[in-house]
Amino acid sequence: MSQDDPIAAFRVEAGDLLEQVEHALLDLMGDPGNRDLIDEVFRGLHTLKGSGAMFGFDGLAGFTHHCETAFDRVRKGLARATQGLIGVVLSARDHMQALIDAGDAASPALVQAGEAILAALHQAVREGEDGAGDGAVAAVEKGWRLRFKLPAGAMANGTNPLPLLDELRELGEARITPHWEDLPALDQMVPTQCYVWWDVELLGDIAREDIEDVFIFVIDDMELSITPMQDEPIAVAESEAEPVAASAAKAVPTATESVRVAAERLDELMNRVGELVIAQSRLAQIAATNGAINALTLRAVSEDIERLSAELRDTTMAMRMMPVANLFGRFRRLVHDLARETGKSIELVTEGEATEVDKTVIERLADPMIHLIRNSCDHGLESADERVAAGKPAVGRLTLSARQAGGEVLIAISDDGRGINRARVRQKAEAQGLIAPGAVLSDNDLFQLIFAPGFSTAAAITNLSGRGVGMDVVKRSIETLRGTIDIASTEGGGSTMTLHLPLTLAIVECMLVRVGDGRYAIPLSAVEECLELPAMEVAATNKRNFLDIRGELVPYVRLRDSFATDHPADLFQKVVIVGLGRARVGLVVDQIIGNTQTVIKSLSRLHAGIGSFSGATILGDGEVALILDVANLVAAAQKNQRAVADRAGEAA
Amino acid sequence: MSAYSAPERVLTFALGGEMFAIDAQCVREILEVPSITRVPGAMGFANGLINVRGAIVPLADLAVAFGMAGAIGVTGAGHGEDTRVIVIEAEVGGEPSTIGILADKVHDVAAMEGMSIEDAPTVGMRWRADFIRGITRRNGQFVILPDLDLILADSLAQAAKVSAAA
Repeated sequence: MSQDDPIAAFRVEAGDLLEQVEHALLDLMGDPGNRDLIDEVFRGLHTLKGSGAMFGFDGLAGFTHHCETAFDRVRKGLARATQGLIGVVLSARDHMQALIDAGDAASPALVQAGEAILAALHQAVREGEDGAGDGAVAAVEKGWRLRFKLPAGAMANGTNPLPLLDELRELGEARITPHWEDLPALDQMVPTQCYVWWDVELLGDIAREDIEDVFIFVIDDMELSITPMQDEPIAVAESEAEPVAASAAKAVPTATESVRVAAERLDELMNRVGELVIAQSRLAQIAATNGAINALTLRAVSEDIERLSAELRDTTMAMRMMPVANLFGRFRRLVHDLARETGKSIELVTEGEATEVDKTVIERLADPMIHLIRNSCDHGLESADERVAAGKPAVGRLTLSARQAGGEVLIAISDDGRGINRARVRQKAEAQGLIAPGAVLSDNDLFQLIFAPGFSTAAAITNLSGRGVGMDVVKRSIETLRGTIDIASTEGGGSTMTLHLPLTLAIVECMLVRVGDGRYAIPLSAVEECLELPAMEVAATNKRNFLDIRGELVPYVRLRDSFATDHPADLFQKVVIVGLGRARVGLVVDQIIGNTQTVIKSLSRLHAGIGSFSGATILGDGEVALILDVANLVAAAQKNQRAVADRAGEAA
Repeated sequence: MSAYSAPERVLTFALGGEMFAIDAQCVREILEVPSITRVPGAMGFANGLINVRGAIVPLADLAVAFGMAGAIGVTGAGHGEDTRVIVIEAEVGGEPSTIGILADKVHDVAAMEGMSIEDAPTVGMRWRADFIRGITRRNGQFVILPDLDLILADSLAQAAKVSAAA
């Protein structure tokens, strides 16, 4: 976090506060009477208002003030935290985020959206005060929302707006908001013209005709809209979603990241750096020695530095680790919104939130996980009626769990819904020609078909899922994290998607190979075995690029051709068999140099599109070596293989 | 006069028999040619990588971008004794990036004050005129001010096209 920019610091702090408020609100949904939670929401809003005003976010402070007031009433027992109120405050939370992102440049649309939320807020508070409905949205009090604008010449014709307003007040409790926006500058104002227009909330059981009667003399010329109040909160939620989402998307690229690190980890790092400085000064002393350098002293310093750099590496890596609670926390709101959209009741259970994963993994997991969760909520979980009919509890359960196993982190998304329909997947796959009719497949192989590009069980597409991101994209993004996805499912009992992810991304054990005059690194986790290219294959042309490995046909790629090298080939070429999931591909190289620890650096935008490489690293001698993207090579080989098979099919 | 506001000081260098000048502000350092790693499948304009003190930096050859005769690409064998890599800071696709560009010979840093910059002539040019911000004269020789941002954006667009086709 940069300390020299207070605004940036405020944004970070506000982000934390909003997150805290959101969590408390979501908890409150399940436990509306919990005083601690109500206090927490109030405190969060209060702090936000205070610091917002301090840093010049006046729009934010003003807006937050209303939410705070509402919760103050709840806190004092004057009103109750109804579901409606919590829902409104949740959308208000999104609006606050939008206000923070917009800073001074809040657009009129944003301001208008804020007013709509506030109107809904006032109403929700009143609901809670009346205590009439049992927190149900359907029990909204009757009333009308009017917006009227008198014709410009109304006052000249003898209409006085004030008695009109008085008449409205006589009908029922009226909340009148004048709008001065149209008021011109003083020197341009025509005194007989009416520039003001009004928003009126009229409460009570009033007939529409009675309202229209008030305006009977001017109704033909004026602009008047009368809407029943019940419709309003829903309309607010919908109109709200758009601008907030848009401004959030805008804000993402500019947001500077900051990481919270435990102080002890930082201390540890500082100690290592201190030791490194001492080692460095010893090295400088040796370098400054006149005459012969004592090999023993030099070796001692070198060993020290080696140990220190290893420790520094470990400490730094540890700082990059973040608990998955950070990730899971974001999904609570998602599941809440999904439940509302689908009309199902969904309970979210999280397990193993303390499991730590590399920061990059957490960031890049968010999108694929959102997709998987959407899938589970939309397709997996049944509606309450169906669940009861199937003898299950009416509330669907979605479980997110994380645990560490060896060098891997397993993140599972499971639901207790209807499970995957095997027959339908098989039917679809056969229709698309992905598998031969009647082929015998293990469950896992069958489920993996879901990840094939363009595969969708058409009936299953709704506007919730199927928004352009297919399961193949999910699979690819998991693979770029060097992870895999397993699926388990029992029909009628639910499905579990397990993501296997490596603990860290930054440092990878690699096998270094040479192709022509270039050196390339292959992530060791993907390497299955190495063998010599059989003599009969060496001269073979491109016709048939398969190796027979213990009875299994494995396609291979000559990297010399792929990389278009003109360096003379080695006499004995080697094949590195790499595997990804169940697919295996041989990579023909000139020489296998050995294993090496590599620090992965991503490629610049100029080279990011090439595809064959996932990054680059710097070797011990200072040269740059490219890291092969195994997933991409395997996919390319499979595509090639299918093309060859197609050609063979046509020829026959 | 060109509409483009000239930098205060420029670094001049020779490439393919022509004289080029780039804004001295964006130049980070000038290196002897390090060992260059070829990136198979990359566009000829920027198909190399170099190690600049621990950072992996793409290396570009403006001669390829301009389609100059005898452009050899960054991994060509014809690097002479005076060949240098100019490390510059530029924006690629909206992200600030560090990029190396090759120069046959680096001359000097010159003040642009009082020098007139003309638009690139639209006819009679062997190269893409839009890649040139302007042309000025110095010591009786034409000096080309390349539009690095546009060249990089263009090569990024081409790279995207290639990977989309693949």
